[in-house]
Amino acid sequence: MADSRADPKFHSPDNPAARADVSAGGEIAVSLKINGTVHALTLDPRTTILDLVREHLDLTGTKKGCDQGQCGACTVLVDGRRVVSCLTFAVMHEGAEITTIEGLAVGGALHPLQQAFIDHDAFQCGYCTPGQICSAAGLIAEGKAKTAEEIRELMSGNICRCGAYTNIVAAIQQAMGRS
Amino acid sequence: MIAFQYARATDVADAVRQMAGDPDAKLVAGGTNLIDLMKMDVELPTKLIDITRLPLKQVEETPGGGLRIGALVRNSDLAYHAQIEQRYPVLASAIKAGASQQLRNMASTGGNLLQRTRCAYFYDTTMPCNKRAPGSGCSAIGGHNRMHAILGTSDACIAVHPSDMCVALAILEAKVHVTGPSGDRSIVFADFHRLPGDTPQRDTNLDAGEIITAVELPPQGFARNYSYLKIRDRLSYAFALVSAAVGLELEGDTIKEARFALGGVAHKPWRDPQAEAAVKGQPANAATFARAADVLLREARGYEHNTFKIDLARRCLVRTLTQAARGTPQSQSSKKIA
Repeated sequence: MADSRADPKFHSPDNPAARADVSAGGEIAVSLKINGTVHALTLDPRTTILDLVREHLDLTGTKKGCDQGQCGACTVLVDGRRVVSCLTFAVMHEGAEITTIEGLAVGGALHPLQQAFIDHDAFQCGYCTPGQICSAAGLIAEGKAKTAEEIRELMSGNICRCGAYTNIVAAIQQAMGRS
Repeated sequence: MIAFQYARATDVADAVRQMAGDPDAKLVAGGTNLIDLMKMDVELPTKLIDITRLPLKQVEETPGGGLRIGALVRNSDLAYHAQIEQRYPVLASAIKAGASQQLRNMASTGGNLLQRTRCAYFYDTTMPCNKRAPGSGCSAIGGHNRMHAILGTSDACIAVHPSDMCVALAILEAKVHVTGPSGDRSIVFADFHRLPGDTPQRDTNLDAGEIITAVELPPQGFARNYSYLKIRDRLSYAFALVSAAVGLELEGDTIKEARFALGGVAHKPWRDPQAEAAVKGQPANAATFARAADVLLREARGYEHNTFKIDLARRCLVRTLTQAARGTPQSQSSKKIA
């Protein structure tokens, strides 16, 4: 379906419109499947997947932390693989399937990781949580982490400034046991 | 970020064609470093050529018994590739020591080689930096230089190359296959990255308009006696203060062949044939390993905040050589240093 919210005047929050050279780039048509829905979009090529989902599609579950690939808060799944959505341009992903935190629950039932994060109180402020959960979904799909030690290493791209790490590991172990 | 034109390359020749004669065009694959630098206005490409659809995603055996890794093979796919884990475990280990799984899922083999330094002054466009703005000066010399180089520096630049993967590729004597306006060529790994000298803006010996198509590994993988040890400020997801990659071939207790290189200490992986020659034929023991470190670090020079790296590099190398000789390589998930 066409994206009714597509705004041809959209620019990333870096405010490139303030730059004199803004006219150098043309907009690009791209089609992406996001949480199961196909979106036909016309985008400034500077638009990251992070800015696309938050600013164009009102999917604000994905969080902008550092915007530099250092914190993991913006983690989403692209074709099933976890990536930091702040460091990739949406136009590079023609035809890709993107899953954000909003796309994990099925039919109103929480994803096992969402339930496990609640069960283990695996957050305080919650800002890193959507990224933690999407990252953990990617981790489980990869199948490389078995022990708590391996979970810690392979989740090290997700920073939690509240320090809920112990409970995050416990939540992931619970969800792994169920998947 | 400045505006740019976006184009997709249809094949390698098309990518070369689109690059030709446009010094402000850049190739993009994983984008994990380039897009970050574009956000900071450090990289200012007016055209981005997306090469992610090119058929450079295979890991293939070569007729000579080695492996040819396509330039677009993802870092995570390479780290867990069965042939890499079994035959070149030092490479698998080094890749796993770098970045995070999200970034490794994005980053490409060729892009890992081409990533820029993480020197904070290179990123800060309000500060002089000879790498970013040639002739403007080096803010790290006399500035905050705790992370910076102790070997191969110049008065123009003391930045380090940040890659872990490249330290392993250095000891494996990989070859970098490139294609450009003048055709195909391959570059031995030792000659791929440059020392800063008076042209720190040039990280590599790639010519204008050249594209990396593959990285080739020779047959010898040091799968029995190897280790990659990375010392950093936190246990994971941080750049190296120093790191070491080691591959040994032992005959009993005698070193038949030794390859070792340091990361985090220079503008390129720091390897020195003289240091390796000094331990060839010697017993694999503490005295020999200390000698290796003495020779490798003989020209090391510290700056105000990083002199500690000289001793750290010495200890790191000795420990990594010991791990390799014992056949007890460093685990990248258990943080205990054996």
